[in-house]
Amino acid sequence: MAEISTTGVAAGRLSAREYVDNFSDLHPPLAKNKARTEADRCYFCHDAPCMDACPTSIDIPLFIRQIAADTPDGAAETIFTSNILGGMCARVCPTETLCEEVCVHVAQGNLPVKIGELQRYATDHAMTSGAVTFARAADTDKHVAIVGAGPAGLACAHRLSQAGHKVTIFEANEKPGGLNEYGLAAYKTTNDFAQSEVAFVLSIGGIDIEYGKALGADLPLDDLAKNHDAVFLSLGLAATNGLGIAGDDLDGVKDAVEYIAELRQADDLATLPVGQNVVVIGGGMTAIDIAVQIKRLGARNVTMVYRRGPEQMGASDFEQELALINGVTISHWAMPTAIIGDNGQVAAIDFERTQLEGGKLKGTGEAFTLAANQVFSAIGQVLDASSLADSGLALEGRRITVNEDRKTSLGNVWAGGDCVVGGQNLTVSSVDDGNVAAAAINAFLTGKGE
Amino acid sequence: MVDLRSNFIGIASPNPFWLASAPPTDKAYNVERAFEAGWGGVVWKTLGEAGPPVVNVNGPRYGAWHGDNRRLMGLNNIELITDRSLDINLEEITQVKQNWPDRALIVSIMVPCEEEAWQKILPLVAQTGADGIELNFGCPHGMSERGMGAAVGQVPEYVGMVAKWCKENYDKPVIVKLTPNITDIRQPARSAQQGGADAVSLINTINSIIAVDLDAMAPSPHTDGKGSHGGYCGPAVKPIALNMVAEIARDEQTAQLPISAIGGIQTWRDAAEFIALGAGNVQVCTAAMTYGFKIVEEMIDGLSRWMDEKGYDSIEDFRGMAVPNVVNWERLNLNFITKAVIDQDKCIKCGRCHIVCEDTSHQAISLEVNGERKFEVNDDECVGCNLCVNVCPVEDCITLEQMTKGTDPRTGKTIDPKYANWTTHPNNPGSCG
Repeated sequence: MAEISTTGVAAGRLSAREYVDNFSDLHPPLAKNKARTEADRCYFCHDAPCMDACPTSIDIPLFIRQIAADTPDGAAETIFTSNILGGMCARVCPTETLCEEVCVHVAQGNLPVKIGELQRYATDHAMTSGAVTFARAADTDKHVAIVGAGPAGLACAHRLSQAGHKVTIFEANEKPGGLNEYGLAAYKTTNDFAQSEVAFVLSIGGIDIEYGKALGADLPLDDLAKNHDAVFLSLGLAATNGLGIAGDDLDGVKDAVEYIAELRQADDLATLPVGQNVVVIGGGMTAIDIAVQIKRLGARNVTMVYRRGPEQMGASDFEQELALINGVTISHWAMPTAIIGDNGQVAAIDFERTQLEGGKLKGTGEAFTLAANQVFSAIGQVLDASSLADSGLALEGRRITVNEDRKTSLGNVWAGGDCVVGGQNLTVSSVDDGNVAAAAINAFLTGKGE
Repeated sequence: MVDLRSNFIGIASPNPFWLASAPPTDKAYNVERAFEAGWGGVVWKTLGEAGPPVVNVNGPRYGAWHGDNRRLMGLNNIELITDRSLDINLEEITQVKQNWPDRALIVSIMVPCEEEAWQKILPLVAQTGADGIELNFGCPHGMSERGMGAAVGQVPEYVGMVAKWCKENYDKPVIVKLTPNITDIRQPARSAQQGGADAVSLINTINSIIAVDLDAMAPSPHTDGKGSHGGYCGPAVKPIALNMVAEIARDEQTAQLPISAIGGIQTWRDAAEFIALGAGNVQVCTAAMTYGFKIVEEMIDGLSRWMDEKGYDSIEDFRGMAVPNVVNWERLNLNFITKAVIDQDKCIKCGRCHIVCEDTSHQAISLEVNGERKFEVNDDECVGCNLCVNVCPVEDCITLEQMTKGTDPRTGKTIDPKYANWTTHPNNPGSCG
């Protein structure tokens, strides 16, 4: 058993300087000379593997050549034309499992071209210069309702507005951006980038956002579908899986998604409660995000416990490595069995070792206990289906069923992002959903499809 | 809003980017792919006279000079003019021009240096509906040994003579393509103009051997152990082409002669540089042969973006603007004094500036200051030659800065703000100053 903490949970464990350093940009932006040197490495492949690997099919060789030719705004236009949230994707995409994984340099035993960092160089340049703008086509008098101002909703809204349709986005939170604003690790999107990007998206015009409005009794899907020419649902996954073990209601047992949202919205990181010993349950990106951030907030020992092995983890190799170099311990093949309290406050957590038996995960009977002042649950998010009750919308598992056009079972309703079957829980695939749905909705509204 | 449309000697194209006469323009298949990709025009690969077509070697036709990262800096070729029959080419040209009426389609021609040969082929080319012809007086290999290509281009009188035959036997614009394998490029340009040519295009490829295979003891690449000199092109030849274009643009006799610039154009910037030196449009080959036709997207986007930033509405707005600033050496201001300045924050202390100055120039850069490794310019010795700037691996770390007042510590002379060149310099025996 790890050491027993005497201070338990406390806020303000670090100096002001340490908070700034620990939450500054993970990858500082490339300077011009570095960007051009890196751009020069690109082979300008034909039918490029990187382009295929990008869910939004950004013309990567072209934008990199534009950087090499010293037209970063041209590069940004190439990026934004395929992916209006190219700035955030440049920051948060797991490029090591997407474009950069298939860079042909890797086949030569070289490091891949730093596509993500080059994309950021170009998009940052354009966001500052203001040189890239998009225009709305003539008004069509068609009105589309979008539920959720996250990446899928924003991308869809932008494409629809470009086509001349009027868009109203209904957003449950007080701010737009979805997980770009409330999720993700703070060191990946500094300086309020999520809001700057939303402002850029909205600058096209024709898009209204109504805040504090969620699907449900006050805003039934039926009404939305009746009162608008089309609806796009980009609800995200608003509910989380609970641990479902004894003691999961103790003080100090927290939902990782909620804590990250608090962190992202905190005016002062020194007000956040941080345990001396922290245990994170889960193996995905959210688990890494909470583990690394709580360590950077001053936790002494942070252990991520995942019930399967490193290969099965949802977090990419890069993310796992990031956790390790931040001093997080990753423990595989163990599942929590009970959380032990002391005066209503979490004190430790019991685990049983696991193994695969005929493809099924089983406990081995071997147990161990970790001291913990905080336990974060990061074992997955689920659709809050209560808001869709009686809507007649077909679900599969706990997500919305869609076809390849992101069309749902209802006549004029499309859906995309994390809330649909096949959702990848990635900003970039949500943008693709929004793009695909917008094309289908536009075809529907202009009588060119269906 | 920038208008990239080009009207070169009356030939319209949606942008100034043409593909040069070369392998990429040998067939309808390639040319139509180029037009689909967005190229403004093409010069169809050179046609020869009717009869059995030429044959090419079956070994390597191309050799390359590679820079870092295997970047293709120079390409050498020994391919001949089209090796397909004249009839097939004419048929395809006719069809392609019909399919793509808004694009420029020029036909390159090389036939023997006899008027009859030209009189035979020109009416056939005229029937295709092509927008004009380009006379291939450039190819330095294969055809020149047969008295064509560069063998004509190297004799200025022949250039004008053939241009005249063409003007007499063909109604549409005639462009004369010049070989750089000549001492003074102005001579054939003047002769082309006197012969009535509507424009010149340059440069064709430069005679070259790309390398020697030290095992085979033969030029590389080689066919069955033997290699031939070929035509060199690509980014490596751009400085030579820029100069030759400028020579024609600033020559009194040819200043008004339209120029289609060719030579190592890879990006929008290269094109803009040639246009600034007076070119009316540009022709590209090696960049397409390295990366495919799609590169024209970067060229179109980059050129319009830059023109937009500068406030140029059309190519004509900046064409030739750099020409008056290309002068002979004797016109350079000898009272303009510069000294190298090293930005110590950017310096990575590699020592290259010091050693090149110490070993090969003017001993003006320190290696140590107060016992520490530090590179500083000694203004007493610095002549402002720019060598250190060129060899420094860090961009903008060393710059040349002008001295505008005081005394130049190297010469002890007071800075004179007035322009004065060699023609009036007291050391010039011919000066009357």
